[in-house]
Amino acid sequence: MTVAGMAPREFLTDRLMLGLVALVALVLGMPSLKPLFATLYPGLDRPLYEAESFVRLTLDHMALVSLSSLAAILLGGGAGIAVTRPWGREFRGLLETVATMGQTFPPVAVLALAVPVMGFGPEPALIALTLYALLPVVENTVAGLDGVSPAVLDSARGLGMGPAEVLFKVELPLAAPVILAGVRTAVIINVGTAAIASTVGAKTLGLPIIVGLNGSNQAYVIQGALIVAALAVVIDAGFDRMAGWLTRWSRR
Amino acid sequence: MTFRLPLYNRVALLMAMAAAIAAVVLPFLGFAPNRLLSGRPVPLWAAVQGPGGLAILPGLVLLATPFLRPTRIGLGLTVAAGGLFAAGLVWLAGHHATELAQGASAAARTSFASGFWVMAAAGLLTAVDAARWMGLGAVGRLAVGGAVAGLVALQLATGHLDALSILKEYANRRDVFADAVLRHAMLVAAALVPTLLVGIPLGVAAHRFQAVGRAVFPVLNVVQTVPSIALFGLLMAPLAALGALLPGSGISGVGPLPAVIALTLYSLLPIVRNTAVGLDGVPAPVREAARGMGLTPRQIFLRVDLPLALPVFLSGLRITVVQAVGLAAVAALIGAGGLGAIMFQGLFANALDLVLLGAVPVILLAVAGDALLSIGIAAATSHIGLSPGRNAP
Amino acid sequence: MIDFERVSKRFGSWTAVDTVSFTVAEGEFRVLIGPSGSGKSTVLRMINRLIPADEGAIRIDGEDIASLRPEELRRRMGYVIQSVGLFPHWTVERNIATVPALLGWPKARIRDRVTELLELLNLDPRRYRTAYPHQLSGGQQQRVGVARALAAEPRILLMDEPFSALDPITRASLQSELSAIHRRTGTTVVFVTHDMDEALRLGDSIAVMDHGRLIQCATPLEILTRPASPLVRDLVGREEWGLKRLAVETAGDRARPQERVGGEPLPSETPLHRALSEMVSRGAERLPVVDGDGQPAGVLHLSDLVRPAPDRAA
Ligand SMILES: Nc1ncnc2c1ncn2[C@@H]1O[C@H](COP(=O)(O)OP(=O)(O)OP(=O)(O)O)[C@@H](O)[C@H]1O
Ligand SMILES: [Mg+2]
Repeated sequence: MTVAGMAPREFLTDRLMLGLVALVALVLGMPSLKPLFATLYPGLDRPLYEAESFVRLTLDHMALVSLSSLAAILLGGGAGIAVTRPWGREFRGLLETVATMGQTFPPVAVLALAVPVMGFGPEPALIALTLYALLPVVENTVAGLDGVSPAVLDSARGLGMGPAEVLFKVELPLAAPVILAGVRTAVIINVGTAAIASTVGAKTLGLPIIVGLNGSNQAYVIQGALIVAALAVVIDAGFDRMAGWLTRWSRR
Repeated sequence: MTFRLPLYNRVALLMAMAAAIAAVVLPFLGFAPNRLLSGRPVPLWAAVQGPGGLAILPGLVLLATPFLRPTRIGLGLTVAAGGLFAAGLVWLAGHHATELAQGASAAARTSFASGFWVMAAAGLLTAVDAARWMGLGAVGRLAVGGAVAGLVALQLATGHLDALSILKEYANRRDVFADAVLRHAMLVAAALVPTLLVGIPLGVAAHRFQAVGRAVFPVLNVVQTVPSIALFGLLMAPLAALGALLPGSGISGVGPLPAVIALTLYSLLPIVRNTAVGLDGVPAPVREAARGMGLTPRQIFLRVDLPLALPVFLSGLRITVVQAVGLAAVAALIGAGGLGAIMFQGLFANALDLVLLGAVPVILLAVAGDALLSIGIAAATSHIGLSPGRNAP
Repeated sequence: MIDFERVSKRFGSWTAVDTVSFTVAEGEFRVLIGPSGSGKSTVLRMINRLIPADEGAIRIDGEDIASLRPEELRRRMGYVIQSVGLFPHWTVERNIATVPALLGWPKARIRDRVTELLELLNLDPRRYRTAYPHQLSGGQQQRVGVARALAAEPRILLMDEPFSALDPITRASLQSELSAIHRRTGTTVVFVTHDMDEALRLGDSIAVMDHGRLIQCATPLEILTRPASPLVRDLVGREEWGLKRLAVETAGDRARPQERVGGEPLPSETPLHRALSEMVSRGAERLPVVDGDGQPAGVLHLSDLVRPAPDRAA
């Protein structure tokens, strides 16, 4: 669906479009809200976070989330596919155990544990986010591929599709909604964890919040929090749209 | 004629290889003159010299497990070897740390290094996987985990591990630590009470009236989407304003109150959703039959709906508890205290042992909560004869 | 031609197929029947190597299938299963085009072939070409399943209980459509079923399996009249045996060709149990029979249903 093809009413009630507009407005327009924050918090010397631009922080935040999610999709998706092939079946139990046990580890603790191993900076954040995002992706890849009906697989093979054709033409398209749900869980968790990653030395949208909390500057906290929240809502709405698109055939 | 070893367990082979490589290539422990300097690596072979090295004998058995026939005995041996290897590594670490501490200054630190983590994980995963092959259910596997945890707890209790840096850190902050654990648990509990009080009736309502579900779920979904640190931040301003309006009420933008409010908001979704889904899942014919036999609506709810919806509800509770333990750690950033406070203090002060002292118990709390509720779910499922639903839709 | 030579298949210690040998001739309609678990599906799936045989040889037109690439082998055969297994994310057109697309047919040819097949199976191409499987009824889905199997004009059609999940009326109409397609195309068909009536109705020959063994392989008439074992007799069933016996022959088979009589004529391919029913409902003991061109083909007598006239004994 294109913006141009949308009726005005539709546009106004569309969560993704509204969120996107709000996000862009917040990121670009935050500096112009300086007078507002100055009025709200007259006691603060610096009512606007200006150490880094919000554009920069947002881009870095998104880069961290996308890189880790992409790595998780490749690794986790690959592992999920491998253990559902005949030759990888033995490892399925192990992988599922790791995925379920791993998800009981709180993401913030995983992030903290990356520091003793890797030191401070964006790298431990990237590693921790990737590791954490792997788990829902793996779990849902296995579940999604498992959910493909045996009859469909049988006829795909019976009609003469090779293993690669069965995987790419039948299994993955049918498992895609479930896999996407796992990716969505992973990405949403990572948007939040990336914010907390400011405490381990990654410069993300969490930075104004952390600085604000440590320096009792509520204005900073609100500025950071608003943008992170908007970012998460927009991404979630984007996934909603994508999920609808992937299953469009089932709603005809 | 060549002799080929029969390979029965490729998982164990992978784990054994990982452990063997880690044993040779990766440092087992790190030894630093004080807590601020980075340590020098201590390889495994340095630690196993002397009679103490016998503690990792199960590791040799572990190397043989890929070639064991997958009978009950073979798998049992694999479980035992994996578990004892992990516990033995901990013992060896404690033992060697004590040796290193002799003749070093009191400020010297011995901590676990990557080799330890890889080998311990390999041992535990081998054990868990073999337990699954043996056909042990959730409770059986938890018992295996509990046995290993018990062996480690024993070493903790006897002071065998006191020379390790994380325990030195603990010794320095014994009181703070106990308070933090208690505080952490209290935060989770304080959020659970309003969550259950509001969430269960909401879930029942969402099950009975579609309109309630349509109104409630989108809101809770958005809340669940907003990152915790942002929600804490966004709650701060209104609460601070409220506190200013009502002086003496104790309301403030920082501290436990906003933490508990945020935790409650996050916890509502899994509880409401799983209550509704659990009740939705009660087959209509069963309810119909109960009505036909003359049960009153109240009796139907108590004797039919409740037991049948319980497993799904409990898995919602499990998600809630695990999630809340993690979120409570983040809440330390707004001054709610708890284990997160220790963790972030360590991160801000670049004191890595302190990070461990905060983060490891957070994980243990989450795992323990998860394990307890798994047992509850297994119990609730076993007597209604359903397959355990780990993930409610 | 499909040729099984002492073929066996074991799953662990369970022998699912036990030294089975048989031949299906070119253009033959062979039905496999037997109790649940007797190994019918296993035999069928060994023909397209979805299951590899443990022992023995399976040859198609004299060529051992073990020497072919399984995908290539399967693209030369149609395959239809009970649960249909249409790809839910593809339109009817794309489903039917599966094998032609795998074989790299040109687009226009695929399109024409899909239209042709939809018409062959009584599905309006304009209405159903772009529909998705979940928008079709069970019977329509199975029609698409058959069309998909026929798409690349296979010489062999493998069908595993294709109609057992359908209601009796839909099943009957699909059976007669399949019969017509078989007659028209001369495709060799191997058809698995549980249902003896279906087997008697469709098969040129029927192979009865039990516990992985081939018990009897014969024409429908022989199965009825000379069952090789009590099991075969049980499968046929004592109840309404006479009607089943009548069902395997047609009015043309028993009409006295020289005679003529008035009245509404029966087509000569009418099965005899239908002819009997017709006599009862009309209260007539003799009915005229016409051949495919509507030319008189003789007269069917009620007494000939009970005992064929000596010169026309089967
Ligand atoms: N993949 C398999 N693994 C193990 N056993 C199998 C497998 N496939 C079939 N069997 C066993 O082989 C036997 C024959 O199975 P098959 O599917 O050929 O039976 P069938 O005659 O088609 O039965 P039905 O009429 O119920 O479909 C059964 O006992 C079945 O349990
Ligand atoms: Mg079968």
